[in-house]
Amino acid sequence: MFDAEALIVALTVFVLAIFIGYEVITKVPPTLHTPLMSGSNAISGIVIVGALLVAGQADGITGQILGAIAIGLAMINVVGGFMVTDRMLKMFKRSGDR
Amino acid sequence: MMSTEALLHMNVTNVAYIVAAILFILGLKRLGSPATARNGNRLSSLAMLIAVLATVAGNNIMSWEWIIGGAIVGAAIGAFSARKIAMTEMPQLVAIFNGFGGAASAVIAAGELIRLIDDGTTIAEDVSITIMASVIVGGVTLTGSFIAYGKLQGIVPTRPLLLPIRNVINVALLIGMLAATAWLIVEPSTTAFFIAAGIAIALGILIVIPIGGADMPVVIALLNSYSGIAGAATGFVLGNNMLIIAGSLVGASGLILTRIMTKAMNRSLANVMLGGFGVEDGAGGSGEEETRPVTSIQADDAATMLAYAQSVIFVPGYGLAVAQAQHQVRELADFLKEKGISVRYAIHPVAGRMPGHMNVLLAEANVPYDELKDLDEINNEFQRTDVAVVIGANDVTNPAARTDSSSPIYGMPILNVDQAHSVIMMKRSMSSGFAGVQNELFFLDKTQMLFGDAKDSVEKITAEVKDL
Repeated sequence: MFDAEALIVALTVFVLAIFIGYEVITKVPPTLHTPLMSGSNAISGIVIVGALLVAGQADGITGQILGAIAIGLAMINVVGGFMVTDRMLKMFKRSGDR
Repeated sequence: MMSTEALLHMNVTNVAYIVAAILFILGLKRLGSPATARNGNRLSSLAMLIAVLATVAGNNIMSWEWIIGGAIVGAAIGAFSARKIAMTEMPQLVAIFNGFGGAASAVIAAGELIRLIDDGTTIAEDVSITIMASVIVGGVTLTGSFIAYGKLQGIVPTRPLLLPIRNVINVALLIGMLAATAWLIVEPSTTAFFIAAGIAIALGILIVIPIGGADMPVVIALLNSYSGIAGAATGFVLGNNMLIIAGSLVGASGLILTRIMTKAMNRSLANVMLGGFGVEDGAGGSGEEETRPVTSIQADDAATMLAYAQSVIFVPGYGLAVAQAQHQVRELADFLKEKGISVRYAIHPVAGRMPGHMNVLLAEANVPYDELKDLDEINNEFQRTDVAVVIGANDVTNPAARTDSSSPIYGMPILNVDQAHSVIMMKRSMSSGFAGVQNELFFLDKTQMLFGDAKDSVEKITAEVKDL
């Protein structure tokens, strides 16, 4: 059945999160925009949660394979994204720090 | 009724999700300064770990083999590419990761639909719609990102490729997509789903292929936002708020960066996305031959100018990265600083191949981040600066953007290099920039042209400065 209440709750969360995102991201200085992109890329790997649910609860082999593919793809994002962001941020030093 | 134990499990999982969402927000907040950014990135990865553990612990996972297999393969590929990638190729990496993120969302939607159909229960309209949204955004992100990657890497031609009836094709595909969605709502079937998926995949290619290589920074930023939106859509499919929050944060970030880039390029998003930009160049030519004289100097003159200055601003453009001259510039800067000269770098938002790219390239060459200044910070400083050294940048320094309303770049935010007391312009030749217009800066009395390879020139200047 159509669950209007759940959808409204989800939409509320969505809209509020966009506002928080806007406020937080506009304060990131231009010098960090590339790490911001790679880091937020890693965060979009959060779909791994969905992938885990699909793979873990699948009844048939199709679902399990699809889940495994989705987990693999999301893991590339998560591990690769956080690691490359760290690699970049490590290079940012103040005068006199080196 | 759920058992108390199951209920407890669910609550613990949901509390963990709230913690993860908070940590994601705090992690992004710490990206507000280079001093705290690394720590912020760690907070975000901690959030991810918490989210994954909570999901695994809070749900009845039936089969582990596939999960562990997928995770190991993905982690290995991610770690390998993160370590190996050159900083100049960061836009390609971000593009391709975006694509994988979109693909993950689309595959999850497929898995969820198959599970629901196998269960045999009726699928509610909102679930059908969100499944379709997830696969469509995910599919477009997947192929769009791969085309963007291909253009950045030079595998796909960087010039805009325009199909003759592309608007008709695009509209037909959009109609097909809506029809497939309607079909899925009325009668859930995997056929309708795969039609929509196929259309999304085709659409991703068709949307990006007409866009020129120089506009790829905008495309990557936009696809970055799509991968977030695809994640949020997955959250709707699964009724998971944490996914919606994390996806929205990424979506907002990509949209903000997209706007920053289009503003810096003096274009509208619609103008970029319609594609074809740069096609008319070359066909018409630049018009009249340039006859105005310019002053040209050699490295030793440039060295003298720099050594006797009190303040110097370097203005790097992508030409600097192409020449791989970042380290040489930093070395020169070190010698100048030893002489007590103030050195700063003015970075235009489009100086690199993606937002903030030039800053990363300079940071890699050990330039301290407090010397990297963006447009707003540095523009009023040029008038108090003795020498501005432009290396491999062109359009972003053209004063015509401020003064000549007939110029195609009129209104574009530029660096006020022309206000410095004197200007050294390092360039290979007199050729015009991407916008195809001659740079008025070249012809000012205060401007000295230093022709040649940037790396070579900077090395020569450094050798001379050492001896002075």
